[in-house]
Amino acid sequence: MAVELVKEKWSNAINRLTIGATKEEGGTRTSKITVGGQTTLPYLFDEGDMPNAPVIAMEIEDKEPADWPQALKEPFKDVLSNPVEWAKKCVNEYKAEILCLRLRGTHPDFGDASADQAAATVKSILEAVGVPLIVLGCEHDEKDNLVLPKCAEAAKGENCLFGDATEDNYKTLTAACLADGHNIIGESPIDINIAKQVNILISDMGFDITKIAMNPTIGALGYGMEYAYSIMERARLAAFVGDKMLSMPFVCFVGSEAWRAKEAKGLQSEHPEWGSEKERGPLWEAATAMSVLLSGADLLIMRHPKAVAIIRKTIARLMKKG
Amino acid sequence: MLVIGERINGMFKDVAKAIADKDKAAIQGLAGKQVACGAGVLDVNVGPAAADAKDAMKWLIRTIQEVTDVPLALDSTKADVIEEGLKLVKARAIINSTTAVKEKLDVFVPMARQYGAGLIGLTMEKGIPRDKNERSEYAAKIVSACMEAGINLEELYLDPIILPVNVAQAQAQEVLESIREFRLLSDPPPKTVVGLSNVSQGTDKRGLINRTFLVMAAAQGLDAAIVDPMDKELMDAVITAELLLNKHIYCASFLDAYRKK
Repeated sequence: MAVELVKEKWSNAINRLTIGATKEEGGTRTSKITVGGQTTLPYLFDEGDMPNAPVIAMEIEDKEPADWPQALKEPFKDVLSNPVEWAKKCVNEYKAEILCLRLRGTHPDFGDASADQAAATVKSILEAVGVPLIVLGCEHDEKDNLVLPKCAEAAKGENCLFGDATEDNYKTLTAACLADGHNIIGESPIDINIAKQVNILISDMGFDITKIAMNPTIGALGYGMEYAYSIMERARLAAFVGDKMLSMPFVCFVGSEAWRAKEAKGLQSEHPEWGSEKERGPLWEAATAMSVLLSGADLLIMRHPKAVAIIRKTIARLMKKG
Repeated sequence: MLVIGERINGMFKDVAKAIADKDKAAIQGLAGKQVACGAGVLDVNVGPAAADAKDAMKWLIRTIQEVTDVPLALDSTKADVIEEGLKLVKARAIINSTTAVKEKLDVFVPMARQYGAGLIGLTMEKGIPRDKNERSEYAAKIVSACMEAGINLEELYLDPIILPVNVAQAQAQEVLESIREFRLLSDPPPKTVVGLSNVSQGTDKRGLINRTFLVMAAAQGLDAAIVDPMDKELMDAVITAELLLNKHIYCASFLDAYRKK
């Protein structure tokens, strides 16, 4: 007798989130991306639908990154100090569908670029490429609250994704995104209760919950990946049975987490048994990405073109139904 | 927990007056407020005073459906009043109620099937059940009548019948045990419901007794309750009970989060 598999049917779907606005929508993007809309746990097409494939955003910075290891800098070596050229390279050469600009150069300890300088960088990238844009602050609350509203204003109409809002610092960014029509990232420290709370705090300001993406914070392979995995899965299960405050698509910072691991960036000269970091680093990033894809990630922020290529192929394979 | 709003009932003076005066705004106000406070279903009962119960039921349903599309629980002892209502309900309807008396089951079970309605079954026959054993006996009669008629048992809500604590103090615990025992009657199990306010009838501390009992019933696995959703303390208590039963994910603003569902 054939075994009949038990199939789950869920009552609620994940929100659909669109980033980017074309000319018809009041922006200047030549393309946009949409994530979310699932009615099933990842890739279980017999149980529900995944109308939108996960999307990879390539991460760039506003000034040459001080902490990127050589193996990661290598593919971008001629453009690292020029964010506009870097953006173009990601789009033209590595076929990025969306970019993620980290304004690290605005941090008081890493260049202290002004809000106006940051806004000018955002504007010039939007002029140079047609893909949608994610804009991140420098993780210094006071400075971010000066810089990000200016950047949001400079990008008005482009329907960008701005981040990150946290439990202790969400009001300024939420107000800016509300005023200028952008999407927002709500961040929590691998904590489902705080993830839910941040979403409520943002929505209490009158912000449309379908314009929120959740950054659950992840750990790289070897650094708490399984915690992140279980938190994401638990949030999804709650969302599918009707928890609207956990029904947001996930944005996962795969690149920044993976490349912090010594197993990714450690040099072969120091660890001969580990093999070449040129291969190992991208593989570490790809393995981390793979794990978050299987726990429900919608938007992956990645760095190395080789890892991006591997995961792009993997997503296409996972999305092949039947 | 499925909250069935009890306020549109002709037993309440304001509702009886609204029915007599054909005051749509009063009924629609009560409907809207109950839904806003978390009711997932609205109970509709024309009360004893209505001159023509069928007409009053039809008027109430039409009036309510002008402002909300939540399911309606049609509450009457008269089958023809309920059936007139079933013809009008646009969303899902629940028949409130049958008992385990054969003549009633013979009418209401086929009616539930014909209209695709849910059914509330009071676990009693001619008299009130004395203990949990009698409740289970009546529950089994209702369940088997529904099974024979091919009704999905997840659409059946068994009501163990709460009695006022000031006259039948020992019954509260019998009811709580019944809620758990009813779940063993079938797979999938029938659902359970209580008409909560009866427990505090004639007491001075109605709100406190209501919400304390509801939390205890929730812990036994109660699926639905006919209550006043505008009682904020009661709703806060239910939400908190469900949180402690791990039915929602905690966050600091968990009451607010639940209400945003």
